[in-house]
Amino acid sequence: MSDLGLIERQDEAGFGDYVQLLKPRVMSLVVFTAAVGLLVAPVHVHPFVAFVCILFIALGGGASGALNMWYEADIDAVMRRTRGRPIPAGRVEGGEALGLGLALSGISVVMLGLAANWFAAALLALTIFFYAVVYTMWLKRATPQNIVIGGAAGAFPPMIGWACATGGVSVESILMFALIFMWTPPHFWALALFMKDDYSKAGVPMLTVTHGRQATRRHILAYSLLLVPVALALALTPIGGPVYLAAAIVLNMRLLRGAAGLARRTEAEAEADGYAAEKSFFGFSLSYLFLLFGALLADAALRGLVPGWGW
Amino acid sequence: MAIEVEHELHRRRRSRNYGLGLALAAFVALVFGLTVVKVAEIGPEAAAPHMADSP
Repeated sequence: MSDLGLIERQDEAGFGDYVQLLKPRVMSLVVFTAAVGLLVAPVHVHPFVAFVCILFIALGGGASGALNMWYEADIDAVMRRTRGRPIPAGRVEGGEALGLGLALSGISVVMLGLAANWFAAALLALTIFFYAVVYTMWLKRATPQNIVIGGAAGAFPPMIGWACATGGVSVESILMFALIFMWTPPHFWALALFMKDDYSKAGVPMLTVTHGRQATRRHILAYSLLLVPVALALALTPIGGPVYLAAAIVLNMRLLRGAAGLARRTEAEAEADGYAAEKSFFGFSLSYLFLLFGALLADAALRGLVPGWGW
Repeated sequence: MAIEVEHELHRRRRSRNYGLGLALAAFVALVFGLTVVKVAEIGPEAAAPHMADSP
C-alpha cells in the first residue's frame, strides 16, 4: 500500500509551478522598466538584441524571485497572501527552487554579457545579489527600513536597460533608478496598512508593526515628498519631454494629495470604510509608475517622429 | 482513487517535459538569432578574418 501512496501524490509540480517561482507579476514591471531604459537611451540597439536583453534581464529578475521564494518559504507558509506559493503548498521542493534560481542567475548574467556588454551583465548580477542576499536574507527580517533599501533591487532594471544600450551610467539612468527607489516605500507601506496582521504573524518587522500605523502614514507622506523632486528632475534631462513633464505634474499632484489624505486619516476612519483610501492609493501608485515610464517612452517615440521635439 | 492509465501525475509530468522542451528550443533559437545579428553587425570580414580572401 505504501507504493500506491507514492503514486497517488497529488502535489507533483507542473511546469506552471516553476513559472510561479519566477514571480511573473513582478517580472512584468521589470520587463517594462528595463525596456523603457533601453529604448529611451540615445544609442540605437538592433531590435533583436534589445529583445534578448530585456528577456534576460527579466529572467535574472525571475531567478532572484526563485531564490527569494526558497529562502522565505517559512514566512510564505504563515501569510495568507503567499500560502499558495509552490514551496509552502508542497508542490516544489525548496532545493529545486534554489537550484533553479542559481542556474537561471548564471544563464541570464552570461547571456546578457554576450548579447549586450559585461557592464550591463555586472549590474544584473548586482541586482540579483541585492535582492536575494541583501534584501531577502539580511534586511527583510532585521529592520523596518527593509522596504526602503530593498527597493533598490527593483530600481535597477531601467539602469540595466540603459547600460545595455550605452555601456555605462549617466544622470538619466540614475534618475530613473531614483524614481523607482523613492516610489517603492510609499507603495509597499500602503499595502502594509491594509494587509494588516499578516506581516506581524510572520515576524517580518514591517514599519506598521514596529513603529505603528500612524508613523507609517507619516512615512508615506515623507517619502512621497521626496519622490516628487526626483520625478520632476527627470523631465529636465534629455530623455524628458513635454509629454513626460505634463504627466509628471499631474501625477505628482495626485500623489501628494493621496499621501496627505492618508497621513490625516486615523485608524478608526480607515477601519470604518474598509481601508478604501489606502487601497486606492496603492492602486494609484502602480499606475503612477507605469504612466511615468510610459510618458518617457512616448517622448522618445515623438523625438523620432517630430523634428525638434523635446529639449 | 481508481488506478487509471492516465493519472493527474502523468499530466503534470508531461506539462513539465513539454515546457522544458519548449524553453530549450527557444534558447537555441535565441542564441542562433543573436549570432546572426552579431555577425551581420560586425561584417563577415571581422567575424572570420581568415576567410576574407577565400572566394
